[in-house]
Amino acid sequence: MEVLDALAQGFVTAATPVNLLYACIGVLLGTAVGVLPGLGPAMTVALLLPVTFALEPTSAFIMFAGIYYGGMYGGSTTSILLNTPGESSTVVTAIEGHKMARSGRAAQALATAAIGSFVAGTIGTALLAFFAPVVVRFAISLGAPSYLAIMLLSLIAVTAVLGSSRVRGFSSLGLGLAIGLIGLDPVTGQSRLTFGEIQLVDGIDIVVIAVAIFAVGEALWVAAHLKRSSAAVIPVGRPWMSREDWGRSWKPWLRGTAYGFPFGALPAGGAEIPTFLSYVTEKRLAKKPEEFGHGAIEGVAGPEAANNASAAGTLVPMLALGLPTNATAAVMLAAFIQFGIQPGPLLLEREPQLVWGLIASLFIGNTLLLLINLPLAPAWAKLLQLPRPYLYAGIIFFATLGAYSVNLQWFDLVLLLVLGLLGFMMRRYGLPVLPLIIGAIIGPLAERQLRQALQLSAGSPTGLVNEGIAVATYVIIAIILVWPFVTKFVGRARTAPTHPTPTPTERT
Amino acid sequence: MSAVHGTTGAGGPGATAPGRPGPSGALAGRSELGVAAFLAALGVLVLVDALGLHAPYSQSDPVGPKTVPYVVAALLVVCAVVLAVDVLRGGRGESEGGEDVDLTHPTDWRTVLPLVAVFAANIALVDTLGWVLSGTLLFFGSVVALGSRHYVRDLVISALLALGSFYGFYLGLGIPLPAGLLEGVL
Repeated sequence: MEVLDALAQGFVTAATPVNLLYACIGVLLGTAVGVLPGLGPAMTVALLLPVTFALEPTSAFIMFAGIYYGGMYGGSTTSILLNTPGESSTVVTAIEGHKMARSGRAAQALATAAIGSFVAGTIGTALLAFFAPVVVRFAISLGAPSYLAIMLLSLIAVTAVLGSSRVRGFSSLGLGLAIGLIGLDPVTGQSRLTFGEIQLVDGIDIVVIAVAIFAVGEALWVAAHLKRSSAAVIPVGRPWMSREDWGRSWKPWLRGTAYGFPFGALPAGGAEIPTFLSYVTEKRLAKKPEEFGHGAIEGVAGPEAANNASAAGTLVPMLALGLPTNATAAVMLAAFIQFGIQPGPLLLEREPQLVWGLIASLFIGNTLLLLINLPLAPAWAKLLQLPRPYLYAGIIFFATLGAYSVNLQWFDLVLLLVLGLLGFMMRRYGLPVLPLIIGAIIGPLAERQLRQALQLSAGSPTGLVNEGIAVATYVIIAIILVWPFVTKFVGRARTAPTHPTPTPTERT
Repeated sequence: MSAVHGTTGAGGPGATAPGRPGPSGALAGRSELGVAAFLAALGVLVLVDALGLHAPYSQSDPVGPKTVPYVVAALLVVCAVVLAVDVLRGGRGESEGGEDVDLTHPTDWRTVLPLVAVFAANIALVDTLGWVLSGTLLFFGSVVALGSRHYVRDLVISALLALGSFYGFYLGLGIPLPAGLLEGVL
């Protein structure tokens, strides 16, 4: 029950008129930017970060909550009305959503996405409120060896599980870790990879890295391959659903939530797997499976709910362990650090007002999203017709403004350009960008845990494995790393004598 | 997601040149080897930098500042080698798609290079000209580079954006962007 008390306190913090106003602004800004093609939730949050820096932390994070859910909702609007989504987590939504829109059911697709997001977001946030303290209690008992192991797990899981090519994922991770090394070594005070440049001694601001890789890299990449004929946007009225649509949607919402939250909450989370699982499940359970592929509402309702529930789940390791597991959480962690707040097990104890205020404002933001966005959907759809030169020039302009306003240093803009070109190269050659961001953030944290663990054991490597959780985590890491080779080997041994082709069921 | 060479897919892994009538030489169409070279160079850089650190052994920090850079350097070099092998065996990184991305035509350097130039100009000018002027140039230059030909409208929008963001940041957020040449006017 102490959770409920704390949450009530959080609502007291969040529901002041001024903070409600910030939540409203956050939802509107987040949706408006998130709707714009090419801007996923992570980029939305990164671009809008500087706007929140001038506020006091509590108000800033309340605005953040609005931006977070707003950006997510905006992204799914884009994928339904325009197809080919910007963020991998809405890929599945686009499959059926865009088909629905093309057959004149855009209003229903948007409605089931919005209401499903609301349902999943609300349940997910409630689960977050109850689980975060539990995870914190568990996390406090962990020592440096276990932290190190869990951090390595999330680095390796993000790199190895997502994406199509492992070597390209690990290359990206290596780049991120190298960027994370730049600056003063916190223990000995020696500067690493600064090449005598004073501006690099403090390391590179995560905001600059995120804006460069997500925004500048993306804008340059699109500029190099800009479609000259603009995509057709499907006009839409006010979203609504018939009784039959409700009947077909509510179970997928709940099932999607059940898939999404646990996957989001794992240190190796992400929305790709649960949205995909939800889609497959709904296809199997549907009364009219033949509709799948031609615009089945279940195929929008389930994955959208899974996506939002996973977003809420992601905040569990973010708040309780200080571990970001997707791009948006990584940017949020950067925001915390910018405010001088270190997420982790002690956060809940030291800054209860901020944490519970944030959780309460997630509820508020989620509700505002539904109230504001259902009537505004036609207006958002118009944003999709923004001429592309303005859109991408605008991204470059605001990325520059954001990165510059953090320290008012032109040197940050040099970094923005260099890292932006790196982001361009990565998109050109299929290196995923997420491992880079996560590596740059978690790398330094993991190094600190490594040095602490071995300090306690006076340099003996047994100091790395003297906690049960650490050992178990290393076993999981080993399985993740070895698994592809095992399936390959077994698959070959099993199929070689009769069929040369691998069985499709083994590739999930 | 199970294969190391995730993108080899269709091509036989053993074939060095998978039957495409490529131009002369084994390196043609293999610009991705440049990525491997970049990773390797970066790995060596990290290694050299780490070698230059002074790390007297200390009881309170047995790991020292060099260990993690060594690991990162090794990771980068190993990735470079594996990537190079993958590319030589026919692997290709999949270019990223998107709403406004048309991958059927090659990289349009005539759009990208002017954009980069405009961006660099802003870096050089922002402190002297001030944000309002350099920001106007940044947006205007970018829009034109991206293919807009409504010069007057573009210039008006650029000026409004730069001016609006200057006052928005100053009055709304209390962040004073540099006024530069217009110091005293704004």
